[in-house]
Amino acid sequence: MLAANLPILPVIVPLLGAPLALLLQRSSLSWLAAMVAALAAFSASVLLLMQVSAEGAQSYALGGWAPPWGIEFRLDTVNSFVLLIVSAMACVVLLFAPQSVAREIPRQSHALFYTAFLLCLAGLLGMAATGDAFNLFVFLEISSLSSYVLIALGRDRRALTASFQYLIMGTIGATLILIGVGLLYVMTGTLNMADLAERLPAVMDKRTVHSAFGFLIVGLSLKLALFPLHLWLPNAYAFAPSAVSAFLAATATKVAIYALLRFAFTVFGVEFAFEEMALQWALLALSIVAILYGSVAAIYQTNIKHLLAYSSIAQVGYIMLGVSLISQTGLTAGIVHLFNHALMKGGLFLALGCIIYRCGGARISDFHGIGKTMPWTMAAIVVGGLGLIGAPPTVGLISKWYLVLAALEQGWWWLAVFVLAASLLAVAYVWKLVDAAYLHDPDPDTKAREAPLTLLLPTWALIGASLYFGVDIDLTIGVASQAAAQLLGGAP
Amino acid sequence: MIVGLFNYWVVIALMMIGFYIVIAHGNLVKKIVGLNIFQTSVFILYISAGAIAGGAPPILTEGVTTYANPLPHVLILTAIVVGVATTALGLALVLRIHRAYGTVEEDEIHDMDGTL
Repeated sequence: MLAANLPILPVIVPLLGAPLALLLQRSSLSWLAAMVAALAAFSASVLLLMQVSAEGAQSYALGGWAPPWGIEFRLDTVNSFVLLIVSAMACVVLLFAPQSVAREIPRQSHALFYTAFLLCLAGLLGMAATGDAFNLFVFLEISSLSSYVLIALGRDRRALTASFQYLIMGTIGATLILIGVGLLYVMTGTLNMADLAERLPAVMDKRTVHSAFGFLIVGLSLKLALFPLHLWLPNAYAFAPSAVSAFLAATATKVAIYALLRFAFTVFGVEFAFEEMALQWALLALSIVAILYGSVAAIYQTNIKHLLAYSSIAQVGYIMLGVSLISQTGLTAGIVHLFNHALMKGGLFLALGCIIYRCGGARISDFHGIGKTMPWTMAAIVVGGLGLIGAPPTVGLISKWYLVLAALEQGWWWLAVFVLAASLLAVAYVWKLVDAAYLHDPDPDTKAREAPLTLLLPTWALIGASLYFGVDIDLTIGVASQAAAQLLGGAP
Repeated sequence: MIVGLFNYWVVIALMMIGFYIVIAHGNLVKKIVGLNIFQTSVFILYISAGAIAGGAPPILTEGVTTYANPLPHVLILTAIVVGVATTALGLALVLRIHRAYGTVEEDEIHDMDGTL
């Protein structure tokens, strides 16, 4: 019975866990409910990925209503990989959460925090799992609304304005997606993605379909923070509680990227999306600008959470650059960087959480002498930073390697040179942290000491994984190239 | 052209009015109102698309063969719920911003903190 319902479990368990976490009230009990739900979602995702790799795509009809009339959950390698990334990040961040949350969020809000966290998790997993275009919008809004709440829980009053700004921009993005889905329904009479992919070719030349494509792509680009639609991201990440920054940075934009891939490749088809609608060139140009803008802006930040947030904009640029090459290698690079970036940025934000826990802030001045007072935390930041640069032996190298290979495959040596040169910008902002931490003396009356083990372990779990997957690349590259092949192969 | 597509012209007009309010107004409550108008235009888009010329309301009746399509109406009911939740959350945030800053004007908040 459980095996037959496996595809729905990653979504339904956190969704049911959310009201439970609220009812339990006590901080520790709510945390326990969240942790159990996230672990269950993670184990279900692992089983699903194994099942999908072995048997091919799985389809699940919600409530027994056969697709295309009912809502269908459809899992292939691409989205079961995304499910795995998101649920794994949720588990690690929840391990980190209790102590960090106790410091940063008032006690009476703890149960609400875990409730919103589980709703956000359920929304993100639902977005990844669903095979229904309208259902994707609903899950997107579940995850967005709860992430506005999570961001607003930050201690600084600027968290409120950041959350409000995200709410306005996020709602506009989601409404654009809603318009796109509506126009597709008007033209085809269906909402099921596989069914849409079958019926769309007959009406491909209609202007309604063209505008539906435009609305969907712009709406999703807003959610994934593609330059110049990234304006909500820096403040939202910077003023959210540490655990929330880590979770959102590692998952929220990734799921939106997945949704964009799903619409562009599976629903509309490669030829229509990238050639007829010229999305390839738009993505290529915007991702190059995103890499330059994000990296340069990161160099000038004094709040390190802002620095990492701008670096995220650049890293989204790298992912989309891989996608815009429309080749097996390019897509593999994009998808594998989706995973790698989640590890690195999640780990870095957790390490920042350790520093905020001990020093009360994450300004560059808080970093002075940290290399001596908090050696393990700072070592994690250095390894994560090396990953962002793309230095061996971290996962960053694997992403960059495949990206350069894909560029050379197309004969675009200038792009390969650009990718390597842009890494130097990452060196500049990572060096800023190293310089402050190791070459400045700590404040004489500082009380900073090494972060507690309960915070260090989850941080190093992610940073360690970013080292491990930098050496053992068979697993991630294997899954990513299978996913890329499925996307390029058309209908799921 | 204009009469036949009247609903859609209204949709476009409302959408642009709402979007303009969100961009141009500095008052956070007015931004929420603009966002609401923007979303409402999409509700009308869906509902209009469900109408069928000469179609009866989608309730099974004897002697009627043409019905309006109920699915877009049901879909948009979900979107309306989402819209209500967004408005409620937005207003709650405005309330807390007012407590923290003593104002809901964007430029005054910007002067104090440099955000928004």
